[in-house]
Amino acid sequence: MAEFKHKHIIALRDLSKADIELLISTAESMREVNSRDIKKVPTLRGKTIINLFYEASTRTRTSFEIAGKRLSADTVNIAPSNSSATKGETLADTALNLLAMKPDIIVMRHAVSGSHYHLAKKVSCSIINAGDGAHEHPSQGLLDLLTMKERFGRLDGLKVAIVGDITHSRVARSNIQGLTKMGSSVFLAGPPTMMPPGVEKLGDVTVCANMKEAIQDADVVMMLRIQQERQGKTLMPNTREYSRYFGLNPENVKLAKPNAMLMHPGPINRGVEMSSQVVDGDQSWILKQVENGVAVRMSMLYHVCGGELE
Amino acid sequence: MTAEQTVLMDAAGVKRALTRIAHEILERNKGVADVVLIGIRSGGVFLAAGIAQQISVIEGGAVSVGAVDITLYRDDISGQLPHQAVGKTDIPFSLEGKKVILVDDVLFTGRTIRAAMDALMDHGRPQCIQLAVLIDRGHRELPIRADYVGRNVPTSLKENVRVVFDVNNQPIEVVLEK
Amino acid sequence: MNLLIKGGRVIDPSQNMDDMLDVLVEDGLVKQIGKNLQASADVKIIDAAGKYVVPGLIDMHVHLRDPGLEYKEDIVSGTRAAVAGGFTSVCCMPNTKPTIDNKAVASYIINKAKAEGFCNVFPVGSITYGLSGDRMSEMGELKESGCVAVSDDGRPVTNPELMRRSLQYAAGIGIMVISHAEELELVGEGVMNEGFTSTELGLKGIPCVAEDIATARDIMLAEYSGAPIHIAHVSTKGSVRIIREAKSRGVRVTCETAPHYFSLTDDAVRGYNTNAKMNPPLREAEDVAAIKQGLQDGTIDCIATDHAPHHLDEKDVEFNVAMNGIIGLETSLPLSLKLVDDGVLTLNQLVDKMSCNPSNIIALERGSLKVGAAADITVIDPSLEWIVEADKLASKSKNCPWLGQKMKGAAVATVVAGNLKFVR
Repeated sequence: MAEFKHKHIIALRDLSKADIELLISTAESMREVNSRDIKKVPTLRGKTIINLFYEASTRTRTSFEIAGKRLSADTVNIAPSNSSATKGETLADTALNLLAMKPDIIVMRHAVSGSHYHLAKKVSCSIINAGDGAHEHPSQGLLDLLTMKERFGRLDGLKVAIVGDITHSRVARSNIQGLTKMGSSVFLAGPPTMMPPGVEKLGDVTVCANMKEAIQDADVVMMLRIQQERQGKTLMPNTREYSRYFGLNPENVKLAKPNAMLMHPGPINRGVEMSSQVVDGDQSWILKQVENGVAVRMSMLYHVCGGELE
Repeated sequence: MTAEQTVLMDAAGVKRALTRIAHEILERNKGVADVVLIGIRSGGVFLAAGIAQQISVIEGGAVSVGAVDITLYRDDISGQLPHQAVGKTDIPFSLEGKKVILVDDVLFTGRTIRAAMDALMDHGRPQCIQLAVLIDRGHRELPIRADYVGRNVPTSLKENVRVVFDVNNQPIEVVLEK
Repeated sequence: MNLLIKGGRVIDPSQNMDDMLDVLVEDGLVKQIGKNLQASADVKIIDAAGKYVVPGLIDMHVHLRDPGLEYKEDIVSGTRAAVAGGFTSVCCMPNTKPTIDNKAVASYIINKAKAEGFCNVFPVGSITYGLSGDRMSEMGELKESGCVAVSDDGRPVTNPELMRRSLQYAAGIGIMVISHAEELELVGEGVMNEGFTSTELGLKGIPCVAEDIATARDIMLAEYSGAPIHIAHVSTKGSVRIIREAKSRGVRVTCETAPHYFSLTDDAVRGYNTNAKMNPPLREAEDVAAIKQGLQDGTIDCIATDHAPHHLDEKDVEFNVAMNGIIGLETSLPLSLKLVDDGVLTLNQLVDKMSCNPSNIIALERGSLKVGAAADITVIDPSLEWIVEADKLASKSKNCPWLGQKMKGAAVATVVAGNLKFVR
């Protein structure tokens, strides 16, 4: 029988196809719990989960918190006011202090890529990555896979277009890792200024010259958030021009397969990366993604609790 | 490692036991009104389907069948490393006011039944829960007894009782492994 | 103490010497080189059979962290690491606290090194006051107080006008300018080389063109000014190409690379290894190949370590927060000897790049075993195998990417001005 042997979930890059299948299969069972009147099971009773969020996040933190609570764990949220390790306490010291409270799992979001690996060397509890820099966002990747599986019943042989700022996107990286491992093909589009070098070598990945090429006959079109603040002044003229060439609208969405599913990790800038018509349209699976987020995170929490030290 | 096996019951024996249990359920509950069957994953689900089929043969009309996975309700979850996949609980109807017949293949310590009852309670408030098992092998660790038993089999703690199903989830035999 | 180094293979490119010879040292100077030299009873004999005997190695790019950052390294520990690595002379960079931008700091270093150090220490003064990039240091006084070059190492001189004038001014004084070639706007918040690895790890990349463009700028300024320039820590194929082309046109440019740039690629960063974080960053395989090619064809004149000690607390942190740099004094020799094993360099070229050339570039009057020269000598066992272990390193800091790995080749005796400063 399939078993999950990892103590931490830091990146989908570190997981096998079988690991991902198991996490998704358990998430499908967790979805049933979430559909009940009494949305709670006693599984992680007595376990303590610390949500340590160095970057602001409403939906991911809330989703992890609900997931923990539905499994009967005690969840505590900590948002260190000062995310700079150069001032005040280092990440390792913060973690050791938290460890004195004997948590079973630390769910962390941190601006520095790879900081979870650093943390893992310092603590004895499980660590789940809720997003690290531009590296990975495994719970988002898994919930996207779960949502695609819900729609197609499979995760192999799909053509998935991901459009936007790939360079700065941990969502894109986790999806590329997950989709490629499951046997699907990823087609990327975005301004060349937002396309990281060598990204096509990450798996079954094709970098497209333009958005049309990427979404042509796609089963799934995933749009990434674009922010003037994050992308800075040098990567694009402005969001208006970005939207002209890389925004999804009722016209270009027709290039994808009929009834292709449209996804977005949120929060959405309406009218920039997606027009309101497509956000609210029949093909949008965006709210389903949020719903599946809780089930996936329940699965992750459940499985890391049974993981062994690697 | 091949364990020494003794066949306790063949396919025909299982079928006879399920037929008898079906009769007993109908007798005790005076028909099928408000009766639902819930099998415990995975063996109990297949047996529940078998009992439901017998009930429909005897009584005509279908009885609702659901499945419950008890993984999330186990009392030994902390000690279980690594964690197994969680099977799906599938109860597509309300349990409110229902007479629930919980079905499992082998009754042993009673801990699985305790977990299953907790799981059912989270789905609503049934009128009552009755327990049907194919084999009762003794060694209870909780105050639980079955209402319907296919066969009582005295065992030692070292032995294992297993119901074997074919690819179509039909019971083939019950074996005692030493 | 007088020494007789017997039976070694003496390799001294400064006098085209490569033979099995004895070296007699008296009163701190090379007294005699020849076959079967006899020694009087009071002479200490070093058996160098099967060993190389070379002019003392010179590392023209070291951070000794003294004064001000002694928790990382100091002149004593740094020079102890130097002699353990076979170096008889090191040039220390000016990014100390306070900066080496005045006579007081330069004198402090020289005096402390003379009193307590294990090898020769030649300070490098700063190009600009306090490394501010704002106005020139008093280069004349720096030279008079013993500085052998000027550099703002760790930072580029961003203002091209100031760099141009510094090159002109320094040339007038006769002091070499060492350029830290980096275009900061292109570096941005990058923390490793920009390439496939940075893409996979999600770390912000530093494009190689950030180095190339600055190398090109500084060479053009030197060429225009008719001044010499030395480019520090060359790491990219672009820089190698630019320097090669400039040399072919007769521009007075010299350069150095560091052992990590021909030994490691940015793959070493995987696992978010902060001991593989340095500036310039580790590059890709084709850059490593170009560095080796540059060493072979003479484009790259020197191997210098850029020995950059950092405390564990500055390295055992998240990748972005970790300080740049690794220690290098004790691993430079085996890593460089590997170039000989691999057929990239001849032994002669290796000694040139680790002793003669650095001496010539900054006029140290060392790097030679000619009779009458200062007896700075390194005896090397090329086949000695050893493991890099943190607690056996002489340096105060242990930020080394080769911890736990096997090295082949080591200095077994280091002689500084006729004194045996290190024996293995």
